[in-house]
Amino acid sequence: MVVKGSVFKYGDNVDTDVIIPARYLNIADVKELSSHAMEDIDTDFVKKVKAGDIIVATRNFGCGSSREHAPLVIKENNVSCVIASSFARIFYRNAINIGLPILECEAAANAIEAGDIVSVDFDTGIITNETKNEQYQAAAFPPFIQSIIADGGLLKSLKKRGF
Amino acid sequence: MGMTMSQKILAHHAGLDNVVAGQLIEANLDLTLANDITGPVAIREMEKAGFEKVFDRTKIALVMDHFAPNKDIKSAQQCKVCRDFSRKHDIVNFYDVGDMGVEHALLPEKGLTAPGELIIGADSHTCTYGALGAFSTGVGSTDLAAGMATGKAWFKVPSAIKFVLKGKKAPWISGKDVILHIIGKIGVDGALYQSMEFTGEGVSELSMDDRFTICNMAIEAGAKNGIFPVDEKTMEYIKNRVNREITVFEADADAEYTATYEIDLSALRPTVACPHLPENTKTTDELGKIEVQQAVIGSCTNGRIEDMRIAAEILKGRHVARDVRTIVIPATQEVYLQCIEEGLAKIFIEAGAIVSTPTCGPCLGGHMGILAEGERSISTTNRNFVGRMGHITSEIYLSSPAVAAASAVKGYICSPEDLD
Repeated sequence: MVVKGSVFKYGDNVDTDVIIPARYLNIADVKELSSHAMEDIDTDFVKKVKAGDIIVATRNFGCGSSREHAPLVIKENNVSCVIASSFARIFYRNAINIGLPILECEAAANAIEAGDIVSVDFDTGIITNETKNEQYQAAAFPPFIQSIIADGGLLKSLKKRGF
Repeated sequence: MGMTMSQKILAHHAGLDNVVAGQLIEANLDLTLANDITGPVAIREMEKAGFEKVFDRTKIALVMDHFAPNKDIKSAQQCKVCRDFSRKHDIVNFYDVGDMGVEHALLPEKGLTAPGELIIGADSHTCTYGALGAFSTGVGSTDLAAGMATGKAWFKVPSAIKFVLKGKKAPWISGKDVILHIIGKIGVDGALYQSMEFTGEGVSELSMDDRFTICNMAIEAGAKNGIFPVDEKTMEYIKNRVNREITVFEADADAEYTATYEIDLSALRPTVACPHLPENTKTTDELGKIEVQQAVIGSCTNGRIEDMRIAAEILKGRHVARDVRTIVIPATQEVYLQCIEEGLAKIFIEAGAIVSTPTCGPCLGGHMGILAEGERSISTTNRNFVGRMGHITSEIYLSSPAVAAASAVKGYICSPEDLD
């Protein structure tokens, strides 16, 4: 599968409190919740984001709270992929478990700038920066994690295994 | 090659003789935890996926602590989702207003966490129980839903960093100074995906409450878990709380660590983390005069009885500065009652502080102490991210209860040594 979009670029240590501030965590409706995505780091994000757009950040994206609301609101805004040099581990698990595509790629995270048009091939892990005419190679997921993604998330995967 | 303490616990729960860092395993859980924020998401996901039963109604803890007592209608609805689920499945360890406390102070107190156990919780500070020699780690709501339904979770076996503690800490230095010092040294992703294993002769210098505080903030260095060896203090703590058989694990002598740090407890000074990351640490000597409008003493990091006693020792016979709103939050009903019985509550109130019912409240900007534009708080909580306690221009300085109490008196951030 290949996705393509315009890039929103952020720095190191984007924490889950700025991705979705805790003051909104009493909201059960994901649509309403997602209207506050990235609010404390980028007030224009929800106004500007278009389906297929890509978030690129550097180190430790998604650090802090375990709130799954963070990858959920990114996914709900139809972001097609998050690329970072590294992810905080709970965010990493959550993204896989709910089916938000994420890729770790330091070269891409450093080179890609805001507004670049980028395409991502999930089968090969190749990230193409069409604006800069560059390519970067992301590491592939281990087979176990690939199977969770292919099954449509952790719970569907468990159901398929007979739980 | 030998295994670390964390690896041994994981191997045991996966039914394996040996595991190595990087290996993907599926392991059996001793306890799963969720709260009023992450619980409703997990419950909905579990039901949506068609799981109709929980794996063991005695091994699920649901704690209504974040926005409880319900701060508004939406929060009340969220708690109701958890309450209805708990009734439907006859969940034994459902803690609502009246017996709830801040989850990571409450669960050890109730004896629900013990050495050698494997625990996941849909809250990042679940790593707290490593203080008891358990492997415990934070997960999201979907992982938790899977855990509640199947009693299992998948793990990537972590490598580990070893922290060798030595020396005796000075008066007013506590577990909070130790962990802030370490995070300042290695950074907020310094232990990313790894275990932080604490060892050395200095361990015996640390109380259980110090150890809970240290493991609680392992996540702030990006760690998967923090863990202490089991000693007499651990056994004394669980004596009248845990009534089941426990297994004690120790790291092998030839276990491999990606790095080893020696921490001299005697060299530590009162330490604070400046905005807006827990790694931005300075000692109070390096700070200059930083005025605060609020002081928060509580949370899953520092809301235990020892924290209350330290704060009371400083506030006794003194009064907080006129411009500092001082909010003391004993983390559980047991701690609250102890505060009353030991006369600490009286000291707090006479000093001009308020004493709140247990809640996570202000720590995550929920309620009970939200900051206005440009305001600043000294706080014994665990995160000082942008907007964490209120307005995005507000600031949080993280510290020990001793520094927070002393700062409340002076009106600016200081060490207890600076008091008259």
